[in-house]
Amino acid sequence: MSRDVWVLGTSMTKFMRYKDKDLMDLGAEAALAALADGGVTIADMDVMAVGCLAEAAGGVGQRLQKQIGQTGIPVYNVANACATGATALRTVILSIKAGEAEMGLAVGLEQMGKMGLLGGAGRAKATKHVYEPAGRYGSVMPTEGVIGTGVMPGVFAQAGMEYANLNDGVGFEQFAKVAEKNHAHSVLNPLAQYQKAFSLEEVMGGEMIAYPNTILMCCPTGDGAAAAVVVSGEKLKTLPAEAQRRAVKISASIMTSDPWSEGGQVQPDINTLTRNAAAQAYEAAGVGPEDLDLVELHDCFASAELLHYDNLQLCEPGGAGDFIDSRAPWRDGRLPVNVSGGLLSKGHPLGATGIANVYEVTTHLRGEAGDRQIEGAKVGLTHVIGLGSACSVHILEKAAV
Amino acid sequence: MGKQVPIVDYLVLDDGPPHLVQQRCTSCGAGYFDRRNACARCGALEFESVRIGGDGVIRTFTIVHRAAPNVPTPYISAVVEVAEGVQVKANILGIEPDPAQVHLGMSVRLATFVAGTDDDGTEAIAFGYEPVDA
Repeated sequence: MSRDVWVLGTSMTKFMRYKDKDLMDLGAEAALAALADGGVTIADMDVMAVGCLAEAAGGVGQRLQKQIGQTGIPVYNVANACATGATALRTVILSIKAGEAEMGLAVGLEQMGKMGLLGGAGRAKATKHVYEPAGRYGSVMPTEGVIGTGVMPGVFAQAGMEYANLNDGVGFEQFAKVAEKNHAHSVLNPLAQYQKAFSLEEVMGGEMIAYPNTILMCCPTGDGAAAAVVVSGEKLKTLPAEAQRRAVKISASIMTSDPWSEGGQVQPDINTLTRNAAAQAYEAAGVGPEDLDLVELHDCFASAELLHYDNLQLCEPGGAGDFIDSRAPWRDGRLPVNVSGGLLSKGHPLGATGIANVYEVTTHLRGEAGDRQIEGAKVGLTHVIGLGSACSVHILEKAAV
Repeated sequence: MGKQVPIVDYLVLDDGPPHLVQQRCTSCGAGYFDRRNACARCGALEFESVRIGGDGVIRTFTIVHRAAPNVPTPYISAVVEVAEGVQVKANILGIEPDPAQVHLGMSVRLATFVAGTDDDGTEAIAFGYEPVDA
C-alpha cells in the first residue's frame, strides 16, 4: 500500500512578461516562497524536480540550486510539453511514495521569448555593435576561451590536472593508459562505435584537444539508444522460471547533485557528488568496492576515469596513478573497468549511456557477454555523471529471486 | 585614451589598479562572481562586495587546442588560487602554451589585456594571470 502525500507549502509568481528578471529570479522567487509557506527550508528537502521546457537540457534544476541552496540532493530535470510542471510534481510524489524521500521540492518555470535578460531587453535593434553588460556576470562579450574555458574537454582536463597536482604518481602517461585500456577492451564488443586498439604511444601522440587529453582520450559523438524494463520483486515471482533466472537485482539506485563547494563555483567539481553517490550506493546495497566484479563508469574523457577510480573507492585514496599503472582495471586485472570499451570507444550518445552501462553489466551478470565475458561476475557497478551536475550510481547483483 | 569597459562586472577598472571583486555572503562568507538570489551554502540573502588580491598559484590548468572560431588557440586555461583561498578561472598569459613551460603550483599575478573593440572604439578589457618571476 503506498504512503499518502500532502502539499505542505506552495507559491507562484505573478505571470506576466518580466523585462528585469531572468529565469533564475522567477524560479528562486517561487521556490523560496513555497518553502517559507511550508515553514521549511531547502535543507529539509530530500529530492528536487524542476520542469522547464525552453531549457530542459540546460541543467535548470542545478542552476536553481545555486540560487537557493546546494545540498547535494537528487535533482531531476523534466520535460513533458505542457504537462511539464505536473511531471515535476509527479517525480517528487513518486520519490516520497517509494520511501526515498520524506519531503521534496517541485518547481515549474518558463521564460518565453527573448525578453528578461538583464540589460538590453526590449530595445530597438541597434545598427551598430556596442558593448552592453548583460547576464549575471555583467559580461559584454562571450567569455569562453577569453577568461578560461568552461566547455567539456577543458573542464575534464582541468579536473584531471587538479588530481595530478594533489596526488603523486599521476601525469599525462597515466591518463593516456586509461584510453589505451578502453580502446583495447572495445575490440571484443561488437556494439562499440569503434573497435580498434591503439598503443600508448599512439594515444599520447594523437592530436591534442585539451592537455592532457588527446583526441583518442575524448569520447566520440554518435547515435544510439538503450532501454530497460524494471519489475518489482513481487511481480517477478509470478513470472516464468526463465525470466526469474535471468533477472538481475538492482541493489542500489542513487542520484546526487553538488553540495556547495568553494571550487565548485568556478569549475565543476566532479568529485564530491560522485564520492557521495558511491558511498550511498555501497551502503544501500550492503556491499563494498572489494565485492565488485566489474565497473562501467563515466569515462567521457580519459582524465575523468582516473578520478573516478578514487571517487568510487576502487583504489586507495590518492592512488589512482598506481591503480592504472598496476593494470588492475584491465579486463584481466583484479577489478575490470569499462570492459565494454567505455565511452571512449563504445561511444556516448548522451541520453543512452546511463542505461547502456546497465545493459553491459546485466549481460555479464547473466553470463551472456560472449567474448568479453568477465568470468563468474556476480556484482557490478554502473556510474554516470552529467555536468551541472547530476551523478547516478547503480549496483547490480545476480541474486536469488 | 578611449573608453574601456571590463569584460565582466567582477573585474573593476575604475577604483585603483584593476582588481577582481567577489560577492561574499554576509552570514557565512561564501563567495560568488555572479549575481545570486541566495547563498548556495547557507541560504542567506545579503551579500557584500569584497576585493580579492592579485597574487596566486596555479591549482590546475589545461592547454586548449580546439576551440570556437573566434578564440585563438592554443591557450592555457587555469584555476588560480589566490591568497585568501579563493579560486578564480582565467587564462595564463605571457608564456608559451606548452606543458614544459606551465606547471602546477606556479606563482602568478593578475594582469589585464584588450579582448576586443566595439563600433564606438570602446575597448573590452579582460584579465588573466602571468608568471611572477621567482
